Amino acid sequence: MRIENRRHHTWRTKIAAGVITVATLLSGAAHAGPTLDKIKERGTIKVGVGTSPGFFAPDSNGKWQGFFVEFGRALAITVFNDPDKVEFTSSSPQQRLPALQSGEFDILLSGVTQTVTRAFKLGFHFGPTIFYDGQGLLVNKSLGVTKGSELDGATIGVQSGTTGELNIADFFRKTGHKFTPVTIEDSNEFLKALESGRVDALTQDASDLALRRTLLAKPDDYVLLPERLSKEPLAPAIAAGDDRWLEIVNWTVYATIQAEEFGITKENVDTFLNSEDPAISRFLGTDPSLGQAIGLDPKFAYNIVKTLGNYGEIFDRTIGKGSPVGFERGYNQPWTQGGLLYSPPFR
Amino acid sequence: MPGPKGPGSFNAFLGWWGRYPVTQFVVFIGLLAIFWIMGSNTIETMHRLGITPGFGFLHQSANFAIGESLIAYAPSDTFARAVLAGLLNTIAIALSGCVLATVLGVSLGIARLSGNFLLAGLVRWYVEVVRNTPLLLQLFFWSAVTHAFPAPRQAINPFGVIYLSNRGISIPSLQLHDIPASAIALSMAIVLTVVCLARLRAGKRTGAIGFLSISFFVLLGVSLVFHLSGAQANIDVPALHGFNITGGLNLTPEFAALLIGLVVNSSATIAEIVRSGIQSVPAGQWESARSLGLQPGKIMRLVILPQALRVIIPLMTSSYLDLTKNSSLAVAIGFPDLVSVLNTTANQSGQVLEALAIIVVSYLTLNLAVSAIMNRYNQRIESRGFSLR
Ligand SMILES: N[C@@H](CCC(=O)N[C@@H](CS)C(=O)NCC(=O)O)C(=O)O
Repeated sequence: MRIENRRHHTWRTKIAAGVITVATLLSGAAHAGPTLDKIKERGTIKVGVGTSPGFFAPDSNGKWQGFFVEFGRALAITVFNDPDKVEFTSSSPQQRLPALQSGEFDILLSGVTQTVTRAFKLGFHFGPTIFYDGQGLLVNKSLGVTKGSELDGATIGVQSGTTGELNIADFFRKTGHKFTPVTIEDSNEFLKALESGRVDALTQDASDLALRRTLLAKPDDYVLLPERLSKEPLAPAIAAGDDRWLEIVNWTVYATIQAEEFGITKENVDTFLNSEDPAISRFLGTDPSLGQAIGLDPKFAYNIVKTLGNYGEIFDRTIGKGSPVGFERGYNQPWTQGGLLYSPPFR
Repeated sequence: MPGPKGPGSFNAFLGWWGRYPVTQFVVFIGLLAIFWIMGSNTIETMHRLGITPGFGFLHQSANFAIGESLIAYAPSDTFARAVLAGLLNTIAIALSGCVLATVLGVSLGIARLSGNFLLAGLVRWYVEVVRNTPLLLQLFFWSAVTHAFPAPRQAINPFGVIYLSNRGISIPSLQLHDIPASAIALSMAIVLTVVCLARLRAGKRTGAIGFLSISFFVLLGVSLVFHLSGAQANIDVPALHGFNITGGLNLTPEFAALLIGLVVNSSATIAEIVRSGIQSVPAGQWESARSLGLQPGKIMRLVILPQALRVIIPLMTSSYLDLTKNSSLAVAIGFPDLVSVLNTTANQSGQVLEALAIIVVSYLTLNLAVSAIMNRYNQRIESRGFSLR
């Protein structure tokens, strides 16, 4: 069964999310049981996503597509051996963290930046970074601006609840310049503020700005400045307190990264089944000892690669050179090729 | 009903306690237990998540910027100051919204009852359209309208001193510098004296001309005091500077959109309240007033409205409360009101419950204040001489 779902958080659901958060805090028990049991009982994984085509967006058939979405499918393969037993729901940056905390989502794959505040003060755990990003500035070309420090006195759109809201304030404090923020929650209104000229620039994760630039009526009138104001390691986020669920998330992501390092792809994965290399046998589950140890299907890594491909294939297909988006790999390459992707050993 | 039997305080207590002491006691203990369990669970959960409950975080630096504020605010200021800035923005919207919605709503209500067929029909349509579309949609509409003005560099610039652009309206503002305390004290004394004198004359009517001339002399006196004290006054004229129009007094598009949206929305309700209030006055009142030879305008002002107000005021109170609460939709169009600031605060500090508590207490206080003021006014209306009954 495929469950595809798209829902916008109106203010009503916002209030509901707030109430649920309170109720969860009050009940104290909601997160005592392991997430995996809940997921198995329900039969689907609930994933919170955003709405930037390339990262996450429903296609013309209403089926969610995108880079982050593929990792949700990978998780469904690990847990159910079925890429469709996952339910995607979009939620604004402001609302999704409380929604995750209240158990409305099992995981966020929405480009959440891992920070110390979110770990210690908001109570979240993060899986491995799946996209290394930095905050960027999208400006109207007619302003003739080439770097952030030239934006003294400008009005800048920020999306509420994002790390960008703090980073941009830090940036102007550091440079000693002034700016006026217009803080907007809704991602459509956010984009409209730039298009109508209400703001001189938008600031958000650079990848996100690049993706949303394509949604503008005249994308060529705007330019994404090359400068990066911050480090934004985008990672899967789950509520703190469930180690087992965290490990499942970790090793699902690592499986895609390790496969690329091994050179195992969707096409050639079967040829590796008879590999003499014990590391590869363990990885693909031909040697079942590892899978048994973690209590999952020993062939979960094989299933993921066979269905979705390795990290590089997922990247290329959704946001890389094989897609209309055409992002460079940048830091998002295996460490063996000068990138930052590094899987701990499967042993 | 058996009242207290004697004057003893025990009997008074029993009277207060009610008729089912045991049941009451059990319910009371039960409620305490529920609150205690919820409270300790909350604290335990927060500890497990590593959150320290309490309001200590308010003294920490907020680190986020706020687009517009009635007080000086910078990201290095505390969360407490950020919350205050948000609260003042909410109060500003609520106050100006209630005043303007009343003016517009009352005019519309009366227009609807005017004999003019076209006018009444137009108002009916206005009321129907406004009341049958979601407020959030209306706000998005006004937001789009306020953003549709030209960019700052092409701003509409009437008289060379007013700028109308997609950054809002900028008008010249009066700025005073180097004001000695003595000048402030003296001007306050002047104003106070005049107010007191006016009070003494209470009851006697001061005509419009009298009022204007008094105001003129007060203004003259105060200006003279300031001038002699050596205070610097200059007019800050807005001007295009870099990306934005700077200087002067600026009304942002978000504030304008929210204000227009709330005013239009409430005015439709208020128009209906005024209409039904006026119609609730028996037709006989019109007829008898007319037979006394009163003109229509005077009938409305002296006979009908005072009676209609008894129906109107309580309903008006609830409109004001609605407007105040609805102002929290500001988040959607980017106006930094109390809720918007506290959303960010909750998100960046992790103190979700505390932020929620501040929201609840603030709105409760605001609404109780509005109710209290309106109730006092209502009592004054009720206690006015004539009564139908
Ligand atoms: N990385 C930042 C920003 C997160 C964020 O806003 N992500 C984008 C996608 S990369 C998004 O969800 N946009 C809003 C939306 O789609 O509604 C954070 O964690 O605070």
